[in-house]
Amino acid sequence: MIINHPLLGPRDASEFTYLGDASLIDRPDWQSETAAQDFYEYQYLRDNPAGLHQELWFHESGDRSWLVVTRNTLTHEITDVQLARDVARARGRSK
Amino acid sequence: MTQQNRISGGQIDTSQTLKFTFDGKQYTGHPGDTLASALLANGVRLMGRSFKYHRPRGVLSAGSEEPNALVELRGGARQEPNTRATTVELYNGLLANSQNRLGSLKFDLLAINDRLSNFLTAGFYYKTFMWPAAFWEKLYEPIIRKAAGLGSLSLKEDPDVYDKGFLHCDVLIIGAGPAGLAAALTAGRSGASVILADEDFRMGGRLNSETFTIGDASGADWAAATVAELASLPNVRLMSRTTVIGAFDHGIYGAVERNNDHVATPDEGKPRQTLWRIYSKQAVVCAGALERPIGFENNDRPGIMLASAMRSYANRWAVAADKRVAIFTNNDDGHRAAADLHAKGVKISAVVDTRADAPRNNDYEVLVGAQVIDTKGRLGLTFADVRLADGSERTLECGALGMSGGWNPNVHMTCHQRGRPVWNDDLAAFVPGADLPAGMTVAGAANGDFSTAGAMASGVIGAKSALKAIGLKAKTTKLPQAEDAPINISAFWYVKEGKGRAWLDQQNDVTVKDVKLSHQEGFRSVEHLKRYTTLGMATDQGKTSNMGGLAIMAELAGKTIPEVGTTIFRPPYTPTAIGVLAGRARGQEFHPKRLTPSHHWAKEQGAVFVEVGNWLRAQWFPQKGETHWRQSVDREVIATRKSVGVCDVTTLGKIDVQGADAAEFLNKIYCNGFAKLAVGKTRYGLMLREDGIAMDDGTAARMAEDHFVVTTTTANALGVYRHMEFVRQCLFPDMDVQLISTTEAWAQFAVAGPNSRRLLQKIVDPEYDISNEAFPFMACGNITICGGLRARLFRISFSGELAYEIAVPTRYGDALMRRIMEEGAEFDVVPYGTEALGVMRIEKGHATGNELNGTTTALNLGMGRMVSKKKDSIGSILSEREGLNTDDVLMQVGIKPVDPSKPVPAGAHLMNLTGPVDADHDQGYVTSACYSPILGHHIALGFVKGGGNRKGEKMRLVSPLTKVETEIEIVSAHFVDPEGERLRA
Amino acid sequence: MHSLSPITALGGQTPKITTIGSINVSEIDSLALASIATRKGGKTVTEKVLKSMIGSVPAVGKTCSKGSFSGFWMGPDQWMITAPLETHETIADDLVAAVVSKASVTEQTGAWAIFDISGAAMPDVCERLCAVPIREMNVGDVCRTSIHQLGCFVTPMNSGNTLRVVGPRASARSLYHAIEVAAKSVA
Repeated sequence: MIINHPLLGPRDASEFTYLGDASLIDRPDWQSETAAQDFYEYQYLRDNPAGLHQELWFHESGDRSWLVVTRNTLTHEITDVQLARDVARARGRSK
Repeated sequence: MTQQNRISGGQIDTSQTLKFTFDGKQYTGHPGDTLASALLANGVRLMGRSFKYHRPRGVLSAGSEEPNALVELRGGARQEPNTRATTVELYNGLLANSQNRLGSLKFDLLAINDRLSNFLTAGFYYKTFMWPAAFWEKLYEPIIRKAAGLGSLSLKEDPDVYDKGFLHCDVLIIGAGPAGLAAALTAGRSGASVILADEDFRMGGRLNSETFTIGDASGADWAAATVAELASLPNVRLMSRTTVIGAFDHGIYGAVERNNDHVATPDEGKPRQTLWRIYSKQAVVCAGALERPIGFENNDRPGIMLASAMRSYANRWAVAADKRVAIFTNNDDGHRAAADLHAKGVKISAVVDTRADAPRNNDYEVLVGAQVIDTKGRLGLTFADVRLADGSERTLECGALGMSGGWNPNVHMTCHQRGRPVWNDDLAAFVPGADLPAGMTVAGAANGDFSTAGAMASGVIGAKSALKAIGLKAKTTKLPQAEDAPINISAFWYVKEGKGRAWLDQQNDVTVKDVKLSHQEGFRSVEHLKRYTTLGMATDQGKTSNMGGLAIMAELAGKTIPEVGTTIFRPPYTPTAIGVLAGRARGQEFHPKRLTPSHHWAKEQGAVFVEVGNWLRAQWFPQKGETHWRQSVDREVIATRKSVGVCDVTTLGKIDVQGADAAEFLNKIYCNGFAKLAVGKTRYGLMLREDGIAMDDGTAARMAEDHFVVTTTTANALGVYRHMEFVRQCLFPDMDVQLISTTEAWAQFAVAGPNSRRLLQKIVDPEYDISNEAFPFMACGNITICGGLRARLFRISFSGELAYEIAVPTRYGDALMRRIMEEGAEFDVVPYGTEALGVMRIEKGHATGNELNGTTTALNLGMGRMVSKKKDSIGSILSEREGLNTDDVLMQVGIKPVDPSKPVPAGAHLMNLTGPVDADHDQGYVTSACYSPILGHHIALGFVKGGGNRKGEKMRLVSPLTKVETEIEIVSAHFVDPEGERLRA
Repeated sequence: MHSLSPITALGGQTPKITTIGSINVSEIDSLALASIATRKGGKTVTEKVLKSMIGSVPAVGKTCSKGSFSGFWMGPDQWMITAPLETHETIADDLVAAVVSKASVTEQTGAWAIFDISGAAMPDVCERLCAVPIREMNVGDVCRTSIHQLGCFVTPMNSGNTLRVVGPRASARSLYHAIEVAAKSVA
């Protein structure tokens, strides 16, 4: 597969390692009252779509950026690629 | 008489004669021949025995779709089984042997199978070899193993080398027939970067086998001239002898280039084949079409081939399939074989045409509305029996019969990403469907444009479409005149047979009867048909047989052909050597080797090395007189604990962590606290996974307020770095922290033992006070050594002795090791390897990967209290889950044998002294074990349920698979210096 | 002057130079390397230091040089600097001083092995090593890629006749071997 890195352009997927669902960005608040339940869901419950999937890839043989890739799990078509850092910030993550 | 079937013309070089050997007999041929054409030229029709029934077989085709003429090419270690004689380029001294026979090709003892055909029908193995059950292992399986398989391996190491390579292009054109050449001209002249690949050694496709003209030139000459023009364009790369084997995601294609299969032996250092990964922006598939046979009784005799193959042998290779041939066709194209061979002086017995409106001519007889119903000639065709339109029968004398059942567009590539072709009634064939891989266009016969003019025009259109898609403009290409005749096919799949068998898949020996049996037994979907009968599952992926099977199943099921559907073609397009897929990654080069800075020195010492991931680490350093590894390892442990030892620990991961928020970042990734770690101090850190399981451990040294050096285990270095970047970029993107690996930037050595400080004081420059007061346990700092070389010193200990780790820039690692040995001579310094390192850490009770095995928590490791509840860190919340914190949770303990002479094998399980030995009563397991030369007996670390309260208890250690059972005692994991006095000396 | 002698990445006293047909493979042992990554609020200072040392701030996939110093982009807000080893072995220390805690610097010299592949057939060799589109690359371009499972930087030099390969030092022998057999294939 080819992943269109936002900075480097199209790169072979073999330069990357795959982590999983991009929902891993949304790590729960450890101090919430429902933290135990939140973390359990965060860690274990996943949608497994036959279709568009947002997922995390690490450019290990490249610039070491984490990317959020939107990929169709049936056709492998990749429709969007962003720096994970930008996605994380957009989702309210900070320090 | 040599080459008795040679006729005039062809694209062979008759001025040179080549000698070759087949089944021990010598023959001659010419440059330009294939093994198949040369054998036919010499009157050899019998080329193999079929897979199941061992029926005598000859060549069916003239290309890579060949199912029958599979030979073992070359001898010795370079022997290659299942090689298609039709694609082997003849060279002087070529050696080939037929395969799949017991005895000779002519007298194959396993031909008995043909007489047992009633018992060996499709799926027979589901119904036989079942009783008695005891016979399976000793009798049936060995017999089946011996009889099964096609071809044999030399079982010697493949001495050839193979390359892998990477190419980029704007437009990849697959196939260099009329469509591909026209496409390449269009794309090449427009300035796009073009790769034109063809599996043949001579580009031109069918143009080399037909007698069409293009403009004023013969098709073959036009092809050659076009290739010459393309070769002159710097933006065009021609790759002949190159099979594109697969269409992968996003325009990536795999291709195998046969660099040196056409010579006896490749030159030194040259690859036999190269696997190319081609990154294309667009691809035009011009893979042509494959002719299909017709099913009729005994349609598999040597001499019966595709009509187009008959033309190829006559026109390209100057070989008459026989002196006397017949044709069986359901379309106009089949007649061309008769016309071409007649023109070369070959006798045409008749053209048998199924169509009532078949065209007639004055040169030879055409039997209209007729069918071939049987043939004779076991080792080679002699007669064909024909049923005429009026029902009467006739026998034709012929040594070769050309079949033309129509043409199948070669849609393989279009299906590699689950695309399905669509049915075209006019062509009576499947053509590419709409869901093509991204960036792919299809042109020419592969797209159903069968005429020469049609194919060329289609190639231009395909190229223009590809260029447009990438924003390039095509220059108008004027095409010369070429034939444009329609095929006029009338679908006809098989002759309704009587008692005999009609063959569909000749490679897997699947007949029309097998398809009927499949239907009868309820295996009616196209996927079941394939797998039950094995139709289409041989190395040719059913290129000449799938269609026939589908058509018959459709008829039986009362469906249309498109309703039955197709199976999926998969890469590789043709069989591919494992060697070319491996490339250079074989043997010692399977993966890269990482050498430590002291590697060369260690080798000089005669060290024995062990692979730790990609690293080579010294395992022990045998001395003169030592014959067993225990002697070396025991000595290294004793010597280190007695005085001083040195070990290269460069391989442990080192990650440089800097920034204003560095400490806060470490707080996130470690379960224990780092915010308050003082500058100049090191601390042990435990990293958890988010699910609370221990992931890795190491140390973090605070070199400055905003600068830490984090260590990881060797095995987890890559994974921990990846995880840290995930935390940094995805979870806390606004933290001011920067990471970079420095594992290889610094050579690092552990210097351990009571004399370690004294040794180091001879190396560390005097302005740096490393006394116990100035540099206590867990101190760290930047220093200089040997008169000013920058270095780092960490007072950390894996062995439990007074110990340090000293780091210098890698270039000086070799020199430092030598200097340490020199300066340490007065203390009898010993180098120690990973084994002694392991013994000492087990003696000390330190956990490593054996204990952090992916199922254990901080609590299991005895570090439950290290998980801070006062801060957020990866894994802290889920580590509190009830199930991980029960009263009887596994706890790390030490284990020693009650009888000191007994070993304590790692992996063994622990049971109570009495009671059943089974999983339900399992109390724990042994994780690390060794012989302790300090204690004089074996020791181990392990996990035991509620282990914290069980010290002193005796238990049973069991290893049922290796039949070991020993009594052991649970003890403290800290076998040596439990109070840690040596550490703090 | 300290008393420890260095060895090259391949373990020799002097760098290795080999000729295979028309292709020359040279071990380069004359460069010091350091990494520099901007800290929060450190963009201005970092850019100033880079401009002063290597002429400009290398953009994504680019290298710049000024005199005998050069640098290339490694990742977001991260660059690698190279300097002559003989005169600037402690380039990392110089950078630390220059950036005054506005950027994170590490010494990288020991982590890398450098090989220059020269000759007209260099692109043919490169095609057998890694997936970079070498025929589309120009001097001034740098690409991080994988050569036989080793993460390397490659950059064309000397008017495009030479490819500089910067790979992990511990695997120098494996990397050199990969280059050597590729050169033999095309020589």
